[in-house]
Amino acid sequence: MSENNTTKFRSRRKAQNTADIVTYILLSILGFMWVFPFIIIILISFREEQGMDLSYIIPRTFSVQNYIDLFTKPIVSNTTFGVWFKNTLLISIVVTIISTFFVLSVSFTMSRIRFKMRRTFMNIALILGMFPGFMSMSAIYIILDAFGMLGKLTSLMICYSASAGLGFYVAKGFFDTIPKAMDEAAWIDGATKWTVFTKITMPLSKPIIVYTVLTSFMGPWMDYIFVAYVMGTHSDKYTVARGLYMMIDREHAQKMYTQFCAGAVVVSIPLAAVFLSMQKCYTEGLSGSVKG
Amino acid sequence: MENNTGNGQNNYQTTPCHEVDYDRALPIVLGQIFTYGDLFTKLSFLIMGFSNIIRGQIIKGFIFLLTEVMFFYFLLMEKGGTYHLDRLISLGTTPASQADGPFGKITPNDDSRKCLLYGIGTVIIIFAFLALWAESLKSGYEAQYFVAKGKRPNSFYRDIQIYFDKKIYRTLLFLPIVGISIFTITPIIFMICIGFTNYNAKHNGYTKLVDWIGFDMFGKVLHMGKDPDGTVNMFSHTFWSVLGWTLIWAVATTFLCYIFGMILAMVINRKGIKFKKFWRTLFITSVAVPQFVSLLIMRSFLSEFGLLNSFLRNFGLNPPDWLGDSTLAKVVVIVVNLWVGIPYTMLITTGILMNIPAELYEAAKVDGANAVTTFFKITLPYMIFVTTPYLIQQFIGNINNFNVIYLLTGGGPNMDTSKYQAGDTDLLVTWLYKLTTDSKDFNLASVIGMLIFILSATFSLITYRSSGSYKNEEEFQ
Repeated sequence: MSENNTTKFRSRRKAQNTADIVTYILLSILGFMWVFPFIIIILISFREEQGMDLSYIIPRTFSVQNYIDLFTKPIVSNTTFGVWFKNTLLISIVVTIISTFFVLSVSFTMSRIRFKMRRTFMNIALILGMFPGFMSMSAIYIILDAFGMLGKLTSLMICYSASAGLGFYVAKGFFDTIPKAMDEAAWIDGATKWTVFTKITMPLSKPIIVYTVLTSFMGPWMDYIFVAYVMGTHSDKYTVARGLYMMIDREHAQKMYTQFCAGAVVVSIPLAAVFLSMQKCYTEGLSGSVKG
Repeated sequence: MENNTGNGQNNYQTTPCHEVDYDRALPIVLGQIFTYGDLFTKLSFLIMGFSNIIRGQIIKGFIFLLTEVMFFYFLLMEKGGTYHLDRLISLGTTPASQADGPFGKITPNDDSRKCLLYGIGTVIIIFAFLALWAESLKSGYEAQYFVAKGKRPNSFYRDIQIYFDKKIYRTLLFLPIVGISIFTITPIIFMICIGFTNYNAKHNGYTKLVDWIGFDMFGKVLHMGKDPDGTVNMFSHTFWSVLGWTLIWAVATTFLCYIFGMILAMVINRKGIKFKKFWRTLFITSVAVPQFVSLLIMRSFLSEFGLLNSFLRNFGLNPPDWLGDSTLAKVVVIVVNLWVGIPYTMLITTGILMNIPAELYEAAKVDGANAVTTFFKITLPYMIFVTTPYLIQQFIGNINNFNVIYLLTGGGPNMDTSKYQAGDTDLLVTWLYKLTTDSKDFNLASVIGMLIFILSATFSLITYRSSGSYKNEEEFQ
């Protein structure tokens, strides 16, 4: 009887082991499938030989020339990739400051303060979010034209940050978790709501502030459509996304494919770092503000 | 708390003099201000801030008065408000003549787009002014009320202080609302209006002015079947076929990503699997790379002479043109979208999966259920119950999934064969984008935009309003 049990146990363990091995193999294959394209891009970015020959993977000669060219050689009419990088950095810093302020103000208001139009505002925000963004693109173009801002970096800064107030949901959810009793205690002590906002809510909200900062920072790096629309042929005002998109279009792809890969790596590494740290803040943010 | 507003108002009607809560108890209906107000308050209906000035709130009163003067100046000045309102109705009367060139005679002309934009701007300014007007009346009545009770009305400094305390929501919301009004609301109203005009490639609003045409465009897009004269209506033909593919795409991608992402999360969560964190990071890294980069990479891999086909040719195979054949391209975009979307789902579901009570699984094991049964009877129902809002959000996101289609196929193949400005993999959004950029069919694009809105709004309102987080917002706090 006991011997029978042991064999049963052994066979079950064997089955478990086989299943584990199958799982590891499966995960390795899948993981490889997901990472493979990026490995290839990194390898191509170190190729010395130019052109879009994709019939082999390992570079015949390794070199960092593509990275150097990216920042020294003009890609189109005196504009290097460095210019685009600088544009994007500048835009995203300004956008981050404005949108973080907007998002935090709106979400604090919606979460902590009760006033007549609150529900209306939230419903309107929800409704506005359901219109496809591309629909209003040509209207924004005309508005920018009316303000005389077409073809200027400020136009992008304003467009990316102006409507940031609509994206208050995540931060509001976070503020909702801060106990109201803390606010009320402060009011009893004679604090104004402004003081509560700056001295109580903000210091408790680090993860969500970092999250908001990082999301707003990433936005301008991703958009290639709106830049194309607003900047037209002013290639010195492009951002990296638009620039990379241009480098791989029919006209330029053959000549610039290796530089494109280098550019993709240059953009992806910092953004991936930002994204991964954001992920951490997001999870922390979701787990609430005041523990216990 | 918000419901109390009504009560406060009623109380006030019967007993006009009791302790004031600035925002609630003072009459909100302007008629009441007119009834209870004295001569100065009544005069404030015409001369904004009059009541405030008389009762010593001089700065505030003059600010109101100045705004009023500026508003009427704007309205009546040459090419001011009334002029724009007039042109909002006509959308311009003098087109630029074709002969005008750099060396031709320059004649002042109308631009229909600007007529519409400035007209909408004027309407918004009028509404903003009316809001301020009502505000000034309330403030004027408040001043009268304070004086009647023998108190000093608030000083200007005190008023500002209130804007950082009780009325802080106004201070904090002011700039965000200005931004939203100019860069979200105005463009949306503008584009909605465009849907009711004939603004397209033929009527560019400059050399050929635009007119209001009402619901014609909606009729053309939604009308099924053939036109009275027997020809196929290209607009509606394209719309219904693009809509069909959009829905197939949205359903397929949403559910496939969901199921496979969840299975991936479960595989990593399995007992006995080591380096869980490593596996997760491996997949998340692909999410971290900007989407347009990974999609551009994918496109260059899948292109006719790309990496994949070179690889297959090395084995002596004759590979197909992945993005060139209608059916194949549809399958490929869905598969690539899986590649993009599965790690996201894995990220979202990992935490929730761990929260499923272990007893459920143990009970199932005792009853002799195998892995497949457990998945369909326990895991899936539980997950769908918890993640319905997420699923709806994904579904709407996929209806509007611009990047994958635009970057991979650009809508093709078979552009411009049987459909109007659309290819076989075009979604409604990518079609809309092409209509505004390539063919300049702005009115058609606007109608499509509104229909997309109706589609997403219907789906989300049904679920959002029935979700607990909307109904029980206050209970949680």
